[in-house]
Amino acid sequence: MVSVVYEAPASVQDAVALLSGAEITATVLAGGTDLIIQMQGLVNESRLLVDLKKIPAMMEATLDAEGLQLGPCMSCAELTSREDIKSVYPGLIEAAYLIGSTQIQGRASVGGNLCNSSPAADTVPALIVNNAQCVIVGPSGERSIQVEDFATGVGQNCLEKGELLSLIRIPLPAANTSDAYLRFIPRTEMDIAVAGAAVSITLDDDGICTAARVSIGAVAPTVLVVAKAAEVLLGTKVDVQALQAVAEAASKASSPITDRRGTDEYRRHVVGVLAKRAAAIAAERVRGIQS
Amino acid sequence: MSEAREYKYIGRRTIRPDGFDKVTGRANYGADLSLPGMIWGKILRSPYAHAVIKSIDSSKAEAHPDVMAVVTYQDYPAVSSGGFEPGDGPTDLCDLARNILADDKALYHGHAIAAIAARTEAAAEEALSLIDIDYEVLPPVMDVADAMQPGSPVLHEDLFTKGLAEQPEKASNIATRMELKKGDIEAGFAAAEVIIERDFYTPTVHQGYIEPHATTVRYDEDGQSMIWCSTQGHFDVRASTAKLLSMDLGKLKVIASEIGGGFGGKTTVYLEPVALMLSKKSGRPVKMVMTRDEVFRASGPGSATRSTVKIGAKKDGTITAMQAKLCFEAGAFKGSPMGPGCMTVFTPYDVENIYIEGYDVVVNKPKVAAYRAPGAPQAEFAAEMVINELADELNIDPIELRLQNAAKEGTQTVYGPKLKAVGLVECLEAAKNSPHYKQALAENQGRGLAAGFWFNIGGQSSVIINMNPDGTGTIVEGNPDIGGSRASMQLMAAEELGIDVSKLNPIVADTEHVPYSATTGGSRTTFATGMAVIEAAQDVVRQMKERAAAVWNVTVEQVDWSDGVAINTAGEDRLTAAEICQGADRTGGQISGRGNINARGAGPSFAVHLCDVEVDMETGKTAVVRYTAIQDAGKAIHPGYVEGQYQGGAVQGIGWALNEEYIYNEDGVMENAGFLDYRIPLASDLPMIDTIIVEVPNAFHPFGVRGVGETGIVPPLAAVATAVSDAIGVRMTNLPCSPPRVLKAIQDTA
Repeated sequence: MVSVVYEAPASVQDAVALLSGAEITATVLAGGTDLIIQMQGLVNESRLLVDLKKIPAMMEATLDAEGLQLGPCMSCAELTSREDIKSVYPGLIEAAYLIGSTQIQGRASVGGNLCNSSPAADTVPALIVNNAQCVIVGPSGERSIQVEDFATGVGQNCLEKGELLSLIRIPLPAANTSDAYLRFIPRTEMDIAVAGAAVSITLDDDGICTAARVSIGAVAPTVLVVAKAAEVLLGTKVDVQALQAVAEAASKASSPITDRRGTDEYRRHVVGVLAKRAAAIAAERVRGIQS
Repeated sequence: MSEAREYKYIGRRTIRPDGFDKVTGRANYGADLSLPGMIWGKILRSPYAHAVIKSIDSSKAEAHPDVMAVVTYQDYPAVSSGGFEPGDGPTDLCDLARNILADDKALYHGHAIAAIAARTEAAAEEALSLIDIDYEVLPPVMDVADAMQPGSPVLHEDLFTKGLAEQPEKASNIATRMELKKGDIEAGFAAAEVIIERDFYTPTVHQGYIEPHATTVRYDEDGQSMIWCSTQGHFDVRASTAKLLSMDLGKLKVIASEIGGGFGGKTTVYLEPVALMLSKKSGRPVKMVMTRDEVFRASGPGSATRSTVKIGAKKDGTITAMQAKLCFEAGAFKGSPMGPGCMTVFTPYDVENIYIEGYDVVVNKPKVAAYRAPGAPQAEFAAEMVINELADELNIDPIELRLQNAAKEGTQTVYGPKLKAVGLVECLEAAKNSPHYKQALAENQGRGLAAGFWFNIGGQSSVIINMNPDGTGTIVEGNPDIGGSRASMQLMAAEELGIDVSKLNPIVADTEHVPYSATTGGSRTTFATGMAVIEAAQDVVRQMKERAAAVWNVTVEQVDWSDGVAINTAGEDRLTAAEICQGADRTGGQISGRGNINARGAGPSFAVHLCDVEVDMETGKTAVVRYTAIQDAGKAIHPGYVEGQYQGGAVQGIGWALNEEYIYNEDGVMENAGFLDYRIPLASDLPMIDTIIVEVPNAFHPFGVRGVGETGIVPPLAAVATAVSDAIGVRMTNLPCSPPRVLKAIQDTA
């Protein structure tokens, strides 16, 4: 028999205490959109579920001069309805908007997307290009880590026993900066990325790229940062040639597998197309800010 | 047949009588019945695609405190191999028995091996792991081409190819070879100035009905039994289950629940005979519900096919010869729709010289079941692709080429009859005149057109119309309603009786309350059951007139019936239906009409579809941007549901053409057994599917009805694949036209 113990602590400290003191497998419950499906396969295993949604800070998002302090459990539906956040990080919001269906978005969260640690997680490339940081709290205190260092493999991450993701901190972008995220799926919605790419771009007053970050998903065991793809944009006007170089660099950096969602060859090609197109969209958004 | 007849009800878009229950969630589907004392059944399924079952030890499971029964193949009375026609086509009883629970071999991944009934669903699930099975794993045979090779592993040692000149000495995977011919094929090709020959592949696909198979059953101490289930044909569930458990039909009542889609896939049994045996052994009502994973792995998909089509024509467009070799996967047991595939492949064309050979081949996949016009989409896909290529080669418009060679009244079919009046030419003309065909294409867009044919069937249907004392009526039929047929029955009864639809309630009765009615399949219900409704209504009218005649003391011949009112032609008297029913106690008792028929003369339905796509040349992704489905309905009883059938067929065909396929690993295990990775189209993937209803009446139906449910899935495969080919400049011969396959085609020619 499977028995499930459900706890809904009111503070991060209580949650940490429950997780670190658990004698059976303990799992954090955010929206549960991945977890409930994973638990359907359980036989003869008991679980402690620690629901973090009763902790107010986990459900809030604050945008100020420091940037965005995002409670990891805030639902994607709530996040994507925040026009103030969307105007600053349009790529992150479009990534959150791609997860599941409207109904799923009422439960799914960015923190859950991150902690599930799938290489196909839509919000992760968008977090990475925005230099987002994970704040992790555990029995021995608090630590911070860049989002790109959080996942360590397919479904694996750096959280130790008793630790939880308590906050996602995203710095305010530099002036004349914007981002974009694109994913490829064979249909139009409710699917898992065959490949994904996020790009952040800063342009100077002459339209020359002075900073960029490129991150690609679903083409390696973890979401990747592609420094080379960002480098080729620097000093350019994000023209056709530069975009082609972004595509090539992104494809080259990928190491995809063949599975039911696509062949390695196909993913390698498509991730380049996505990186190129996302870069073009991000640059266009900056030009929109400038004009 | 009265073309001049003015209809009062037929052709109206009434609200469907089952609508309120469905949108409020009140409708009861297969999994919605629970009974006092009920326990749960679960099935242990083969983890191997092909294996010998050396032994089954269920002793540990039987010792489990919550387990109340374990059932294997051994629990059933022995059945002998032989033809038996329970549902949508003949079934070998022995194969049916071995499909619901394996005998000595597991023939596909997910094949049912044993079943357990336990106090709770979780306990049943858990106890499955207590059954020990000793398997000897064999190499799986996963493709029709491999299965036909002489050295291939053989699934059934007792399967010898039928249809050969000499009975073969060795068993093989080829169950049947079939040949159809007309004229002189060699002379036909000799007369041709252009010949095109191409190979095609279509993958294994699932009907994708949203409601999984589900049943609740009860086997009582006296052997009187009840099955509640989601099915297209409860009389055939009764027939199959009674045969497998060796019961009298009268001992078994089957109630068809509301049905959440079938498309041919719910014309056979999987759970019902297993659940009933579990109930018999445990003495408890038993409920079984398949998971989506089980539906994909173990219920009948549609056949994968490999085919070759060769067509020859003169430069003026006259087709002189058509030849096809069609190889259909049957799944684990013989009986693919290869036959209908051969019969339909070239039927849209009036051509003198035709040669078709078909192969029915077993492979280690689930036994295929009917899927909307079974066999025709795969076969006609190949033919229509070659016709379109021929049109390009000859520089003739594809509609003109088809018009020039179109089947029409008097065309000799390759399978036997001459066609009566049919509507292919009318559909082609409608396509030619449609705004869609005149619209210019944008960059990276392509257009495809294809025709399609399906026979449609008639068969046995039974209807009782019970008139109530207030003049309202209940239409009692025996056909589960999968496409809005209750609304059609209501309209036809209203028309014939002259009583408003709001006063007539159509219901689908169980096997005890209406005589045998053949399965809802073959697009037969509105045609055949409709004819039974008309006959029952006429029976009611006849009795009404008799009663009125008795009241007025005139002869029946002196009574007219108009708009639900009896009229005394010898005087001024009038009696409404309500008045006659109210007075029925004084004129001979209550009134009910019956129509128990075996309908002949089903009219074939032809269709022409137009599809525009836009292809992302960098990713190979296809978007359907415009689609028009044109089809002959004979007479549209309820135009809204006729259009719904056209649209539904088109959408399933678009899914088949673009993304749907069973993906197997090298061990023969399906890797995408869920709707996340088995990609049927979503609403957001599609434009509005435009429809044009063509009406060329079927002379054998009082209102001119032709079945419309199936033909609509026939043209889309070629219409979509041709549109993609047109957009990218490469002919797509293998389905699905998924993004990786399309991108590869683009890259290979760049």
